[in-house]
Amino acid sequence: MTNIAIESERPVPEAPLPAPAKATHNTGLGAALRHARYILGENAVTGFAFGLFLLIVLAALVGPYLVPYDPLASDTAAALKGPSLAHWFGTDQLGRDVFSRVVVATRLDFFIAIASVALVFLMGGLAGVAAGFFGGWTDRIVGRIADTIMAFPLFVLAMGIVAALGNTVQNIVLATAIVNFPLYARVARAEANVRREAGFVQAARLSGNGEMRILLGQILPNIMPIMVVQMSLTMGYAILNAAGLSFIGLGVRPPTAEWGIMVAEGAAFMVSGEWWIAFFPGAALMVAVFCFNLLGDGLRDIVDPQRRT
Amino acid sequence: MLMMILKRMMMAVPSLIGVVIVTFLLTRALPGDPAAYFAGPAATTEAIQQIRVKLGLDKPLYIQFVRYVEDLAHGDLGNSLTTGQPVGQEIKTRLPASAELTLLGLIVSVLIAVPLGILAATRPNSLIDHSCRVIATAGVSLPVFFTGLILIYVFYYHLGWAPPPLGRLDIFFSPPPQVTGFYLIDSLIAGDGEVFVAALKQLILPALTLAIFSLAPIARMTRASMLAVLSSDFVRTARASGLAPFTVVITYAFRNAMLPVITTLGMVFSFLLGANVLVEKVFAWPGIGSFAVEALIASDFAPLQGFVLTMAVMYVALNLLIDILYGVIDPRMRVEA
Repeated sequence: MTNIAIESERPVPEAPLPAPAKATHNTGLGAALRHARYILGENAVTGFAFGLFLLIVLAALVGPYLVPYDPLASDTAAALKGPSLAHWFGTDQLGRDVFSRVVVATRLDFFIAIASVALVFLMGGLAGVAAGFFGGWTDRIVGRIADTIMAFPLFVLAMGIVAALGNTVQNIVLATAIVNFPLYARVARAEANVRREAGFVQAARLSGNGEMRILLGQILPNIMPIMVVQMSLTMGYAILNAAGLSFIGLGVRPPTAEWGIMVAEGAAFMVSGEWWIAFFPGAALMVAVFCFNLLGDGLRDIVDPQRRT
Repeated sequence: MLMMILKRMMMAVPSLIGVVIVTFLLTRALPGDPAAYFAGPAATTEAIQQIRVKLGLDKPLYIQFVRYVEDLAHGDLGNSLTTGQPVGQEIKTRLPASAELTLLGLIVSVLIAVPLGILAATRPNSLIDHSCRVIATAGVSLPVFFTGLILIYVFYYHLGWAPPPLGRLDIFFSPPPQVTGFYLIDSLIAGDGEVFVAALKQLILPALTLAIFSLAPIARMTRASMLAVLSSDFVRTARASGLAPFTVVITYAFRNAMLPVITTLGMVFSFLLGANVLVEKVFAWPGIGSFAVEALIASDFAPLQGFVLTMAVMYVALNLLIDILYGVIDPRMRVEA
């Protein structure tokens, strides 16, 4: 009994988890800050991405209150003007200020990405953990679902789902979550599988915990770092996927400010030289995705250095 | 070898069944009454009832499914609501356009990514290694439709090097007599150099767009896999034996490093087939992707369903092909099977 109890305090050998481990022996806000600075100092690129991330969050939170123009107000007298001091990113065919629209759109795009990643974490993460922990039929069913989704080119499946379920933002979130399901389920399954007979799990079992309680209280918290990395890695893809869907006319409808649809609206003007209408929302999209990818890579290098390529 | 191929083909069957079930469920999940939907907005109640019987929607779900599979087996993908044409026929005539674009994009991508990955791996932490990493990360971060538009702006509007982004061939040319459906190959068969050049000009920008998007995973995988192989014993032995560096890297290391790269191609194809839809929209490419987008705008579901099914079947087939290729390249796979 004591043996097992001691074993439970050791981390699982397959996946060292540096971040929480450090937090245990010097707690407090100061230590957390020191740790964050250590991580960011280690990799300047990750630090830069983190700064960018804060900027995006800020734009999503307070952007709509700060922009100089109403993103929906048209002003035909000032239509199709290039970037200037009055309109930093120029104006579109209806005279709407592109800068205001790009900033305001951050909230919607960011929301879609966060919501779909959270949703797929709930669906894929839980299904994967259950599959890896229980094995047997649960494993087979989850594996079969994941395989079926993987049999489709992902963007094409997302198109089909949104077209079938209805053309709304909620369905874009759902479709993006569904196409990412296999990724999450597989990672969670693999991580749960190596822990199903770990010392701390056996200890919890011996102390009379039910299987469900072990799954949620012991296994899930232990695989969280890996799952968080997975979430930040797929966040960029989620934004791209959602913007691609709205680019082809699914989900978000005009005149809503959203990056994908703004690029679509500006596309026709690209061939006649009015580049700013499509360029700035496209660039915002690119910067956001770039930031999430760098951040994901950085986090992955910290949590799981062996998977670095 | 033959056994391995057969075995692998059997493994593709559950995927195909899954694909058929999902596409079936997608139609049944259509909001509202599918019969009213297929009858169009102006239909009377009797007309809707008639269509319901005609489509078999009054029957239980499993009978509907059997009918659906029967239709598929006959190559019947239903009719388009807007044009009334059979979807299968339309997809068949449009498929070569998409296939030509996607394949050329993949070829360009491999031609850039693999040498880049090898260079990065042979000079770790050099300028080329870092730029490989930056290019790869930037490549996946660029939305395809955005890359396409930038290329159009620079090469068509500004420099005037590229023709207008309007389809496969300038309107002054007539397409070559159809043999393969690929304009590049058909024009060569017909011996028509002018059409070949014109078709190539139209293809370059969209193919480059696809290539930029799919560069990243191939370059990264080549680099990682080359790094692993280059540090192995047999490469060290080859170097110690005094073989030329080029022979060591290409003949010894690269051939062994190719396997993971080929596996990555499966994932790359998933990206490419999806990105294809967006690129076709940007360049007004008359392929199956723009067919699906047009259908989406008209809320015409049958073409979209046919499109999703075609793409999925192609993707399953491609993965099968990649696995078989894997066995051809790596003799160990044959022994295991």
